[in-house]
This record gives sequence, structure tokens and C-alpha cells, in this order.
Amino acid sequence: MSRLTRRDFLKVSGAAATSLLPGCMAQPVTPPKPIGRVIVIGGGFGGATAAKYLRMWSGGAIEVFLIERNAEFISCPTSNLVLGGSRTMGDITRGYAGLRDYGVHVLRDEATAINVGKKIVSLKRIENLPYDRLIVSPAVDFMHEQIEGYNPEAQKTILHAWKAGPETVALRRQLEAMRDGGVYILSVPRAPYRCPPGPYERACQVAFYFKQAKPRSKVIILDANEDVVSKSALFKAAWNDLYKGMIEYRGNSEVKAVNARAKTVKTDFDTLRGDVLNVLPPMRAGDIARTAGLLTPNTRWCGVDWLSMESTVHKGIHVLGDATLSAPAMPKSGHMANNHGKLAAAAIIEIMNGRAPNPQPVIANTCYSFVSDREVIHVASVHRYDPAQKTLTVVPGASGVSSGRSEIEGGYGWAWAQNIWADMLG
Amino acid sequence: MIRTLFAAAFVSGAALAPSALAQGTDPNLGRNLAAACANCHGTNGVSQQGMPNLSGQQRTYLVQQMQDFRAGKRPATIMHQIAKGYTDEQIDALAAYFSAQKAR
Repeated sequence: MSRLTRRDFLKVSGAAATSLLPGCMAQPVTPPKPIGRVIVIGGGFGGATAAKYLRMWSGGAIEVFLIERNAEFISCPTSNLVLGGSRTMGDITRGYAGLRDYGVHVLRDEATAINVGKKIVSLKRIENLPYDRLIVSPAVDFMHEQIEGYNPEAQKTILHAWKAGPETVALRRQLEAMRDGGVYILSVPRAPYRCPPGPYERACQVAFYFKQAKPRSKVIILDANEDVVSKSALFKAAWNDLYKGMIEYRGNSEVKAVNARAKTVKTDFDTLRGDVLNVLPPMRAGDIARTAGLLTPNTRWCGVDWLSMESTVHKGIHVLGDATLSAPAMPKSGHMANNHGKLAAAAIIEIMNGRAPNPQPVIANTCYSFVSDREVIHVASVHRYDPAQKTLTVVPGASGVSSGRSEIEGGYGWAWAQNIWADMLG
Repeated sequence: MIRTLFAAAFVSGAALAPSALAQGTDPNLGRNLAAACANCHGTNGVSQQGMPNLSGQQRTYLVQQMQDFRAGKRPATIMHQIAKGYTDEQIDALAAYFSAQKAR
């Protein structure tokens, strides 16, 4: 396998740079004066959004490289529906071609190191790439080592499926292969973790599948937290009304050890045997954030200046999404990461033009959870910058959950997904 | 040299920005606020199927809807909560921005 030389690479990127910008960018009469290069590591909700908006809002004046190791985007939000059986992987997968139309250089590659002093990203496949500003949107990685016995061998059969992709498919197969009357155990790590309502939605979706295909089966949720972390009353109502007797919830039940061979999980109180074990390990900022030294000391996350998403450790590097040390009451969600991407794009354009970023950003979160194939519940909040606290805080009164589950919100939940995928991927 | 100029521009920009904003002169105020609506309503308010399209709507109509959501006058699943996050000035900036966008 030959490596691309730098010259080849520049030829390729030069060709891409001359491609037409989509209509909403207006065709510039003269090409904009280039003001620098931004590299974005990670093509998820945060990184892809930032890449598109940097190009769109700078009128093409900023050269943008997006480094993404996967060929396609597979959405974590709505991936529980694949486990429930009402959606397919194809339904939740989108391509990166739309970003190329905006002039984003999408490179299928993996960032292995960041030289902060020299402003260079090292990549697996092609030569090092220099940048003027860097965006790191690395999502989470998993701390399997915090659970005894959750070693690489055990990870072959005990899945987390907390990144949508091959594990989603594998977990669905485990559920399909399970006998009627079997037990599915889902363990939830202590907050903060990616997607606070996700585990409880997953319990609904697995129960939805069991109800149709193997109704004598059971879902047990072992939650390290005291109580359901998000939309508690709405989820409990759905469990009771739609899946009566099928879902058992245990709070304060942190999984401390697993045994893949015996198919057991151990808490401080009990050892439970299950037919399918779905253990979510504690989470931290993605590997590249850690190796680049972006973690706030004594935490698992990256502190940022909420006016620009710029790292509090390294100037010139912006961190987005789940990897950030969250602002108060800010969930680690795809929607939030998308808003981080826009906040960072706006700020970077101002900074690269020698101006200060917007001092009053307002961003929002909505999160739809499917409690069946059609019925949905939401949580929403609006967050604005508070100069006194130097962070984003929820605007008083501007938050809440659904009055009840509904099919109307089921329609909105699916439409939300279509819109946010289009918003991030062009 | 470039670095010095840049730093000087940055500092003066930082000092000017809040007062400029208070006078409503931030040229990107509407654009930046509207970006937080795009998750559900599409980039620049041009929505995909299943969500109301905001691009090209009448400015006064958009202002009225947001105010009605905020006051609880228009029934909603979620917008009554989100609308409460915005001031009158911000709602007007949003409405001005979306009304100026071309509907697809």
C-alpha cells in the first residue's frame, strides 16, 4: 500500500478546492481571500457541523480539512431503533459527499498525534498536516479497565454498542439469538456519560422487541446512579404502561465486575446471570484528546472557554461535543455537539479575522427518545452565556420535558434526525 | 509584526463588542442565533420533511408565533419551552434572518 506523497495530496485537495460551492453560499464573484487552514478531527455531530459551517460562513475563505476514520456517518441517536427492530442500519447511515460540495476536504484517516507547539497533526495514512487552528471532536472512549474482567476477550461477547456501528448489529444479533424467557442485562455507568436518556430508551426498545418476538423475556437495568438520570417519570410510565412486568429497574447498582464465560455481572449486592449482557463502561474524552494533553487536570474531560470552545489548556485548539467538561445541566448529546460546532465555527472566523468572538452565544438542546416504534418523549433546554459565571447556563424557564409520550412527537423525533443529519452533512 | 497587529485588533475588538451588540449592530446576531434552530428546522431554516420550514416566512408572522409560544397562546409540544429562552430582541433578529432566507 503506497502512501500518498504530499505533492499528490495537494493535487487532490487543489482540485477539490475549486469545486463549486452550493447555492446557499452564493457564488462569489472573486474567490475569497484565504485566511488560513482549520483541521477538524472527528466527523461526528460536532466536527462535521463545524467543518460545514466554517466553509459556509467564511464564504470559502477558510480551508477546512475533516479527518474521519470511518467511511460513512452512522448516527448514535436513533440507533436504539435498530435494536428494537423498527429501523435498519441503512436508515441511520449517511455519507460525507455533501461536505465535499461545501469545499471541505474530507480525508478518511486517523489522527495519531497533535504537535501543539508546531501546529501539526500526524495522520496514519498521509503525511503530517499543518494547521492554523485545530478542532478536536473526538467523542468518548471507554474505561473498560474500571470493571473487573471486562478485558479484550470479554469485550468480544459483552458489548456496549454505545457507538453506533458494528456493535449495534452484533447486539441486535445477540438479542435475536436469545431464547424466549431469557434475561437481558443493561448496565448504566455513573453520570456524566454520553447521551443521558440513551440507556433508558434502549431498555424500551429491547422490551419492544421482546414483547413481539419473545414475550417471556426480561430486561434488567442496573444503574450506577441513584435514579433514572433523564426523563425519569416519562420513562417509568412507559415501562409500566407498555412493557408491564418486563423491565426491572435497580438504582444504586454499579456493575463492578463481569464474567464473560459465566455470563454474570457483579454489583456490591448481587451477582446476576443474564443471557445477553450489555455493559456500558464509564466514559472519558476520546483518546486523541488525552494524548494531546487536552484533559482538564483531575478530570476525564476537556475544559473549554464557552465563548469559543477553545481549550483551557492549549490555545488555538477547540474541543467539541461529548469530550468537553460539560457546562451546568448541559447533556452530552449529538444535538449539543452540533451547536458546539456552530459556536466554534463562528468564533474561529471572528478570531481569524482579528475580531473577538460573539460575547452572547445562545444554544439549545433537544433530545427525543423513542419509547416504542412510534411514541416519543423529549427533553429540551436553551443555554446562554453568563458572563458572571463564564459558562453557558440554562435560561430560567426555558427547559422541560414532554407532557406525555405521543406519536406526534414520534414524527418530530424522526424528522429531527433527518434535519440534523442534513444540517451537519450538507 | 502580523502577530502584533492581530493581537491589537483582537483586544480592541473585545473591548468594543459588547457595546456594539447592545446597539444591535452585530451583523451576525441573527445568523448565530438562527444556527441553533437549524438542528430541527434545517440549515438556514430550509427544513427536511416533517418539520416546519422557517426560511422565507414573513418576519411579523415568525415574531408572532414565537411570542405566542412563549406566552402559551399557541399549543406546542416543545416550542413553548424553547421560545422562553429568547428575548424580544433576539426573536426579532431570528425572524429577520429567516425571513431573508430563500425557501427551497
